[in-house]
Amino acid sequence: MELTLWTYEGPPHIGAMRIASSMKEVHYVLHAPQGDTYADLLFTMIERRGKRPPVTYTTFQARDLGGDTAELVKGHIKEAVERFQPTALLVGESCTAELIQDQPGSLAEGMGLGIPVVSLELPAYSKKENWGASETFYQLIRGLLKNQTPENIQKDPEDWKHQKRRPRVNLLGPSLLGFRCRDDVLEVQKLLTEQGIDINAVAPLEASPADLMRLPKADANICLYPEVAESTCLWLERNFGMPFTRNVPIGIGATHDFLSEIHEILGMPTYNPKDERNKSRLNWYSQSVDSNYLTDKRVFIFGDGTHALSAARIAKEELGFEVVGLGTYSREMARQVRGMAKELGLEALITNNYLEVEEAIEATAPELVLGTQMERHSAKRLGIPCAVISTPMHVQDVPARYSPQMGWEGANVIFDSWVHPLMMGLEEHLIGMFRHDFEFVDGHQSHLGHLGGVQSENETSQKQRAINCTQDTSSEEVPIWTAEGEAELSKIPFFVRGKVRIKTEKYARQAGCRKIDSETLYDAKAHFNS
Amino acid sequence: MGGATLLKETGPREVFCGLTSIVWLHRRMPDAFFLVVGSRTCAHLLQSAAGVMIFAEPRFGTAILEERDLAGLADAHEEVKRVVHDLLKRRPEIRTLFLVGSCPSEVIKIDLARVAEHLNQELKDHVRVLNYSGSGIETTFTQGEDGALKALAPLMPESEIDQLLLVGTLSNSVEDRLVSLFNRLGIKNVASFPPRQSEDLPSIGTGTRVLLTQPYLTETARVLKDRGAHILKAPFPMGVEGSELWMKAAAQSFNIPPSLFESVLNPLISRSKKALEKYKEKLGGKKLFLLPESQLEIPLARFLHRECGMEIIEVGTPYLNREMMQPELDLLPDKTLVMEGQHVEKQLDRVRDKKPDLVVCGMGLANPLEAEGISTKWSIELVFSPIHGIDQAADLAELFSRPLHRHNLLNQKLLTHA
Repeated sequence: MELTLWTYEGPPHIGAMRIASSMKEVHYVLHAPQGDTYADLLFTMIERRGKRPPVTYTTFQARDLGGDTAELVKGHIKEAVERFQPTALLVGESCTAELIQDQPGSLAEGMGLGIPVVSLELPAYSKKENWGASETFYQLIRGLLKNQTPENIQKDPEDWKHQKRRPRVNLLGPSLLGFRCRDDVLEVQKLLTEQGIDINAVAPLEASPADLMRLPKADANICLYPEVAESTCLWLERNFGMPFTRNVPIGIGATHDFLSEIHEILGMPTYNPKDERNKSRLNWYSQSVDSNYLTDKRVFIFGDGTHALSAARIAKEELGFEVVGLGTYSREMARQVRGMAKELGLEALITNNYLEVEEAIEATAPELVLGTQMERHSAKRLGIPCAVISTPMHVQDVPARYSPQMGWEGANVIFDSWVHPLMMGLEEHLIGMFRHDFEFVDGHQSHLGHLGGVQSENETSQKQRAINCTQDTSSEEVPIWTAEGEAELSKIPFFVRGKVRIKTEKYARQAGCRKIDSETLYDAKAHFNS
Repeated sequence: MGGATLLKETGPREVFCGLTSIVWLHRRMPDAFFLVVGSRTCAHLLQSAAGVMIFAEPRFGTAILEERDLAGLADAHEEVKRVVHDLLKRRPEIRTLFLVGSCPSEVIKIDLARVAEHLNQELKDHVRVLNYSGSGIETTFTQGEDGALKALAPLMPESEIDQLLLVGTLSNSVEDRLVSLFNRLGIKNVASFPPRQSEDLPSIGTGTRVLLTQPYLTETARVLKDRGAHILKAPFPMGVEGSELWMKAAAQSFNIPPSLFESVLNPLISRSKKALEKYKEKLGGKKLFLLPESQLEIPLARFLHRECGMEIIEVGTPYLNREMMQPELDLLPDKTLVMEGQHVEKQLDRVRDKKPDLVVCGMGLANPLEAEGISTKWSIELVFSPIHGIDQAADLAELFSRPLHRHNLLNQKLLTHA
């Protein structure tokens, strides 16, 4: 048993719902008790969907358990197929139904429905949402395509040359409740079209079962979100000989790598990054003198595997930040995240527990947090600017405007959405300075620090945390701040105060100081400047 | 009068389970903690329905069952105890701990009553541990509060004193207002259950007269009755009329002179009726369809019809307790269609067929209906908002007129731009 307050991922059947709801002409019969229908609101509220998810819940009750729940399931399946007329049916169970073992999938298969039925087994007590999405996508495609697998799988990704047509690819992985998938699809389509590459199919977003049936017509697959699509891409590679991309085009460097990789896979002329220079403004914005301010900003990154990895690379290589923390809740991608963290001289934080993430943020005292909605809340409490880069997300993370993360425009969006919270902090400081109002400056944090929160509570808890922080950062003997030292520290603008505090303590420990006063502070400053 | 047509329907439902009531219960009693023993689905439901993740550490959580708990590798009862001890170490301020059963814990038959008993022995008087079920196979949405209060009721001390007990979670401001009005009527001993602090339990006994503030407390009322309390029969305190009749039931039971009752309440009633006029204009003649969710559907239909002039198409209710609802049913117009249970697809077919001006429904259905051009009101908002009492009647009406007002506002603008 694991105590959980807030969770990063839902149960695996929510992942299955994401696939079903993303698609057309698919229906999902979910053997589940009353109450599990809450999941509809994720789609209708967070994604603001104007359609109900195509899900029929059997909503069994205690009194049904004494009777024949199998008949109940069959009744719901029959009714759902008649009413919604899907061209493919998913059948599965939620956590409670898994315990009753009615085998709804086998029941459905035995009903002679005349449409493909895919039975989903998603172990609710060991797996989670993204795994469920990935498994459902894979099972659905396998179910639809397994009779088509060629005997000779020597597919040639350069077929397009012989057939005298443009190369074509599938975009696999975008789904509802994924991060900015709607806009990423458009951006990647644009990106590929400019290279003379056509899109054969996009799935699961807006795809019908017929679209899935024609996936093998493409020369290669683009794995946009490995969390959802990698197992499917691997199966298509094994059974249809379709190669797929490993680079996810988030950020300038990754987008170049992605284009280079797809050129190579398809046997196109070697990709020349120079041809694509200045397609995004991120490079120039980051290089412009205004961005000097961004230099070595300490940033803490946590999210799903794909977005955390991408963010770390952008932060370091494209914005000149210092990555002081990196982690993910996607255990499936722990290995890559650990690898990236090691390159950055860090130890990756792989956890489901948002409290551990909050502690890590507090201990590293970053100037910017890039995370999920959980980290936004944690950062708010700690008074640190934050941008959301990954699910889980709130309704405000599904903006009305076009705001992809991928490709050239995605890089623009990322520059704006990461830098703004930092600049707002600076701006507030400048306003305060010109007001010559010391008390105002000191008590007044970035508005990002207490959006929607309770201001007074935030401030007291922040002070409290600051005290804890000095005592917790190291197991070694911790130097103590004198009142005079604290007073000197408080004169330093709040947005660098955390960094100065940590560096001073580090210096004090190195120098063997037990107490930190204003002189220690200046010593530390001189030490790190030299 | 009293000619409501009562029908039943079964099929796929779109209703929250009883766990959802933790979302307001934990705010009512800040010294209590609600620990669901369940699955990741339960945890995900609470976080999705609550939308209150600004709390660093909420006063509710889930002990998530894992494979080893199901396989019997770990004694589930011992595991619950371990989680509780860990939790209490982290949260020493907790005074009352509710162990809340869920669908999976019920199906694998974890005996939370026994676990609670053991924990009470181990923890002595530091923390009181109670248990109830919020599982979807047994309870809907607001029934969770009924379960929690039923579990709390045996701890209420015995006393014969004459008192009025208001039962059901109210917002603090509304509670204060109602108590002060009863005081003005000369009823001095007024207590509330659940209390604002879980340990400040009111007493109970033969001198206790109970007014239910919410229509979903069937089991709690039964337990209180068994302990000698007298349950007053009245409509529920929504709208001017319902609230007046509700207070009148108490006034009569305490032999308050009618002249005093009138002199205290009449000014409030005429003020509120005047405030309602504006909404009567907006809501009058508009067609209303209530989908089942919170059990508040019948009192709301009564209010919106009788005081705001809305035409009732159908009143859905997850379940119907005839005895408790009778005073409400008596006030509904003849042949009002009251549908107990749900077949959500057939019900939505009827919604589309009847083209109501406003549908009261859950969050999962609201946007899809809006996208079809039908205005909606979330039922979950009604369990959070201060809607009880004579003074709140206009606010309650405002909640329903706003979607209609917005609908008109936007459609007119679209027309002018077209």
